[in-house]
Amino acid sequence: MSGKPKLHYFNGRGRMESIRWLLAAAGVEFEECFLETKDDLTKLQKDGSLLFQQVPMVEIDGMKMVQSRAISNYIATKYNLYGKDLKERALIDMYVEAVIDLNELLMTHTFQPADKKEQHFATIVDKATNRYFPVFEKVGGKEVTMDKTFLLATGFSRADVQLLETLLMAEECKPDILVKFPLLQSFKARISNIPTIKKFLQPGSQRKPPLQEKDVPKLMKIFH
Amino acid sequence: MQRGSHFTMRPYRCFILTRIRLIYFTPKKKWRPLSRHEGQNSLTHLNSHGNRKFEVMAGKPKLYYFDGRGKMESIRWLLAAAGVEFEEEFLETREQYEKLLQGGSLLFQQVPMVEIDGMKMVQTRAILSYIAAKYKLYGKDLMERALIDMYVGGTDDLMGFILMFPFLSAEDKEKQCAVIVQKATSRYFPAYEKVLKDHGQDFLVGNSFSWADVHLLEAILMVEEKKSDVLLGFPQLQAFKARISSIPTIKKFLEPGSQRKPVPDDKYVETVRRVLHMYYDVKAN
Repeated sequence: MSGKPKLHYFNGRGRMESIRWLLAAAGVEFEECFLETKDDLTKLQKDGSLLFQQVPMVEIDGMKMVQSRAISNYIATKYNLYGKDLKERALIDMYVEAVIDLNELLMTHTFQPADKKEQHFATIVDKATNRYFPVFEKVGGKEVTMDKTFLLATGFSRADVQLLETLLMAEECKPDILVKFPLLQSFKARISNIPTIKKFLQPGSQRKPPLQEKDVPKLMKIFH
Repeated sequence: MQRGSHFTMRPYRCFILTRIRLIYFTPKKKWRPLSRHEGQNSLTHLNSHGNRKFEVMAGKPKLYYFDGRGKMESIRWLLAAAGVEFEEEFLETREQYEKLLQGGSLLFQQVPMVEIDGMKMVQTRAILSYIAAKYKLYGKDLMERALIDMYVGGTDDLMGFILMFPFLSAEDKEKQCAVIVQKATSRYFPAYEKVLKDHGQDFLVGNSFSWADVHLLEAILMVEEKKSDVLLGFPQLQAFKARISSIPTIKKFLEPGSQRKPVPDDKYVETVRRVLHMYYDVKAN
């Protein structure tokens, strides 16, 4: 047996958080190795563990995987969270890529210089409420009925996990951001109640808190 | 159960039979040696009668984008590499874009959009993954797909530095050019050079032509446009470039008159800004 997946990253969300969510949703236990100093990163780079000298890196099934999309794709497929055929995968990919775009905006908010923060915040809210949320509220142009459980009619997938992650992050940014999206609110409640996800949302799990401004300098020291 | 497992005996048997046929009979078409990769892929394409028939029924894929590279270029490369003919509708005016928006054709209000197999697909990565899987350029199992995803992720990051290049100020362009070359030669090219050196095979993954090879060639050529001798010191990549460029479908795409788009110019930048109302200054990341 190859053992639990091992995640190499700093002790924070960044580009590893979606991977933590997916593993947790799939009920897969994982270990973490946190980079605290630049030396920790340099060591990994020097021993050939990082294909492009970058983290995230996940040791899984005998591979040292890098590139967050590659890692997520692998995990999703392995644990049957990627749809049952090519067309379902296409749909999931479209949703997930959009969610990644929104995630990117949310993630970079903490790193904005003071004079750009307000404008960036406005962009986040605009894109979230005008571009992304309306689509998921409707899901492909069809009205979502109250008994529709997941984004894909055929069942629970990574799209549900990644959308929930982003909805929660968006709410951290602006607590009432879902006020005009009742179906997304009920989606959020439903998916949060799935046992593996419920567990991940409880204190003491491996879910990471949002990055605080005071932590940014330490992060910069590791990566720059 | 390996999802997306593509290896079946049928194309392999047919491949063997074809090799025998070529040795003992002169086909009506001009004879040329059927190399391993070409045989595998063109035969898989030809033998999946279902695919061929489906394509005829569904029509050619149709690409909606500007008349230029941008995020659509990797999709053009992949379709071309797979030998798939495609149509294009070029966005020239704001009105065209608004018409697409109002018609509900753009799921997240963005292009690229590709009409394919009854879907209006958006999100570049989603489109590329679909095409790669459909045309058997995504490896034969989960492990190979993982490798392809990793390699494509790298070339995607590298090409990402070049993507916004045309939109930068003259001063920023100079700086960015240096960044592109530095990233290429110190981070990305060494990784692919090592992969090729370590396994000594013709292709990046599984001894078989894949999306990863197409994407890497595209990236190499784009960086060479910024610095023509950038492959000095990367002998494996030089040989790789020559090898992949000579694959018939790729060779055809590299010839003048193909649907490959030229290096973006000011006219392209103007069109994008006009159509998307994208008038803000673009800064390098």
